[in-house]
Amino acid sequence: MVRIIDRRFDSKKKSAVNRQRFMRRFKHQIRRAVSDAIGGRSIRDVDSGENISIPSKDLSEPQFQHGEGGVWETVFSGNDRFSSGDRINRPPPGGGQGGGSSASNEGEGEDDFVFQLNREEFLDLFFEDLELPNLIRTQLAQLVEYKSHRAGFTNDGVPANINIIRSLRGALGRRLALGAPHWAEIRELQEELEQKREALGEDHEEVRELAEKIARLRARIEAIPFIDSYDLRYNNRVKVPKPTTSAVMFCVMDVSGSMDEEKKSTAKRFFMLLYLFLLRTYERIEVVFIRHHTIAKEVGEEDFFHSRESGGTVVSSALVMMRDIIRERYGSGAWNIYGAQASDGDNWENDSPQCRELLDAEILPFCQYFAYIEITPGEPQNLWREYELLQAGHANFAMQRIENMGDIYPVFRELFKKSLI
Amino acid sequence: MKRETPQKPLPANSEWSFEMIDAYHKEIARVAAEFGLDTYPNQVEIITAEQMMDAYASVGMPVNYNHWSFGKHFLSTEKSYKRGQMGLAYEIVINSNPCIAYLMEENTMTMQALVIAHAAYGHNSFFKGNYLFRTWTNADAIIDYLLFARSYIAQCEERYGEEEVELLLDSCHALMSVGVDRYKRPAKLSMAKEQLRQQEREAYLQSQVNQLWRTLPFQETRTTAESERRFPPEPEENLLYFIEKHAPLLEPWQREVVRIVRKVAQYFFPQRQTQVMNEGWATFWHYTLLNKLFDEGFLADSFMLEFLQSHTNVVMQPPYNVPWHRGINPYALGFAMWQDIRRICENPTDEDRAWFPDIAGSNWLETFDFAMRNFKDESFVAQYLSPKVMRDFRMFSIEDDDRESKLRVAAIHDDSGFRRIREVLSEQYNLGNREPYIQVWNVDLRGDRSLTLRHHEHRRRPLGKTVDQVMKHLARLWGFTVRLESLKPDGSIELLQEARIESRHPQ
Repeated sequence: MVRIIDRRFDSKKKSAVNRQRFMRRFKHQIRRAVSDAIGGRSIRDVDSGENISIPSKDLSEPQFQHGEGGVWETVFSGNDRFSSGDRINRPPPGGGQGGGSSASNEGEGEDDFVFQLNREEFLDLFFEDLELPNLIRTQLAQLVEYKSHRAGFTNDGVPANINIIRSLRGALGRRLALGAPHWAEIRELQEELEQKREALGEDHEEVRELAEKIARLRARIEAIPFIDSYDLRYNNRVKVPKPTTSAVMFCVMDVSGSMDEEKKSTAKRFFMLLYLFLLRTYERIEVVFIRHHTIAKEVGEEDFFHSRESGGTVVSSALVMMRDIIRERYGSGAWNIYGAQASDGDNWENDSPQCRELLDAEILPFCQYFAYIEITPGEPQNLWREYELLQAGHANFAMQRIENMGDIYPVFRELFKKSLI
Repeated sequence: MKRETPQKPLPANSEWSFEMIDAYHKEIARVAAEFGLDTYPNQVEIITAEQMMDAYASVGMPVNYNHWSFGKHFLSTEKSYKRGQMGLAYEIVINSNPCIAYLMEENTMTMQALVIAHAAYGHNSFFKGNYLFRTWTNADAIIDYLLFARSYIAQCEERYGEEEVELLLDSCHALMSVGVDRYKRPAKLSMAKEQLRQQEREAYLQSQVNQLWRTLPFQETRTTAESERRFPPEPEENLLYFIEKHAPLLEPWQREVVRIVRKVAQYFFPQRQTQVMNEGWATFWHYTLLNKLFDEGFLADSFMLEFLQSHTNVVMQPPYNVPWHRGINPYALGFAMWQDIRRICENPTDEDRAWFPDIAGSNWLETFDFAMRNFKDESFVAQYLSPKVMRDFRMFSIEDDDRESKLRVAAIHDDSGFRRIREVLSEQYNLGNREPYIQVWNVDLRGDRSLTLRHHEHRRRPLGKTVDQVMKHLARLWGFTVRLESLKPDGSIELLQEARIESRHPQ
């Protein structure tokens, strides 16, 4: 009469389609939420999922409903003090005491609808803003690859990994060890038997007794199992992440008065993208933040994006600082050095040639890649013109003028191309 | 409690296995048959927590068409489940033939047995017996119909674009609660018939609609008396039905989609009206069946302790003054009422004889069968809620009139209040009162083809803020201006809403 069906191994992601529909439908809201989230999270956290919240009124499913007001009569349970005809005060609205007005069957609390975007979905939306080519997207979104190494033997594992030689060697050893006391006894008895046999003859009672004793001991040795489950040894393998070198990333940003919040948020995405790239390629990454106006300063990430100073701009101060830090901390040659500089290009006129010389002689030779973005809608500024001179001589230098997010990717085009090979 | 000598106790491990489920089921089925429960054949399916969330999201059905709102429900269930804010329900049971009950992999053997007794015998017999389910749902065909609906909507998405279908479904979903027949028997659905008839409909429907527009206005311009005549002649309360049959601009495939949503809404209609009865019935039977098995010596003490713990959690009724009070718990009320009916049959008091002369002292199984078959929550409470249950729950009734500054305690659980409380509680379960009463009143056939709905105001309860959204959806389906009027108790009429469509339907 009953049918029992095991559905546990049926297709799991039955709701995946509906989930995608949901994401597509609310793409605008989700995008805005992702954009806010990027503003709020650290560069180092770019590679994880995110809780997204959308105002729930945007995704309501309306039905005809009663509103508040009119006459309602409702039955409650647990009367502990009322008798009929009592008049009582209304509970404060939203007091959640359950008593009193039940008229609000219309979810008044307009909480946001919160849900979890997984890492893939988050990165996808992030990349979409930056208009990354698909190949790069998949490459960046890949998880760290592991390499499987042999690492000795273990006591448990799957049958496919049984190491036969080790296991049999163990079994042999165990058999020898367990049998040894018996063998010693047998040898003694055997000697005694020989003596008795010569002295008393074959059929004597004592001789027969001894022979029986020996036979019993032999049977006991026979009973030791040939191979037992704790003899089994398995090949052990451990997973080791593939890339194991280190990199350091310098984020250099102009924080003079002309860099407003919007420009900074564009710059942040630029830094994030470089960080993501490094994350795929290097095991260990350090990030150095240098901000500057007329004087450069090494700061934490929080200060880097969220403080604003006014005054003029001397870009070379930051480059000098970068050079010094490279010499002090990352000069050993074990570090891959990446630089990313963002500015609105508005530099003190006499300083720009100095910047070019610094980069040319003292920074670019040590860098894997140095990218410069100029976030400005107008004409290129003096720094841009100086930097243009560098492009010919250095393959590891890239620069780009940026008006919107989509312009960021071309800066890294060479970089990503190289890593694809 | 008397315990007979154990015959062959069932295994008492907490880990379940397929053999154990089978063994428990066999005994539960035997006892259920002794009590005369009539059920559809059972199909028990073991699923994981994730699959349970999937099932939640598609309103419990094993197949359903795709729509973003199901994705939204999935996301919110998933979120609260992962944060540990809620446990998943122990079971979902589907009103189909065979009756499908889901058991969750994580449950202990005790919980599995509880769910089998609760869903596979309690709910199952209710689905098969109750008149609402017999009238409005067709257990043999529902799975097939949903399969048809799913593939039909998928086809439409291919042909007309996902976007287009999604907008249409949004509009239909907005009218779901007013898209059910309350008094007519819908035609039976079956996969083969449905497909055949769907093709016929596609051809016929459109022409019929055109007919309407061509002929009617002409005749009516002659006499003023006739021009007063409304269309439809009688108000229609099933808005989706009216749209499907009469919306002037819908394509045949759109009518079919409207029809699908209407059918699904109709299928769930009985469940909304029998919550107390149905859950109470299932709870009563899992309690009774498992206790019987325990008395016969099949169940271990440890099993009973775990079972009783979950059972008491389910039937707990928090009083009004605790933060987690959410109104009357349907499980608690239903269970108490069914237990009480049995008590009235078996050990009636004088009070019971006065209140329930026809069932006091009768055969409880017969009384149960009659009550289960012929009532819904509203009438069940009105008929069977006894003073004892009202006293046990310490029920009281609060009147909230927005013109008064204070609330009034209208009645409490005393002799003068029993009837009032019973009446109020019964009204509370009347869907007609819980939801606004809205009908299609008129279509301006000779003029701008605008559609007028009429809302019957009940005890001055206004419509909620979502009305304008719903009216926009309705306008999208109708294709012309739609209006919503409200009929006040004094007979006056007030225009509440008007949703205009300036340009015609995008098609």
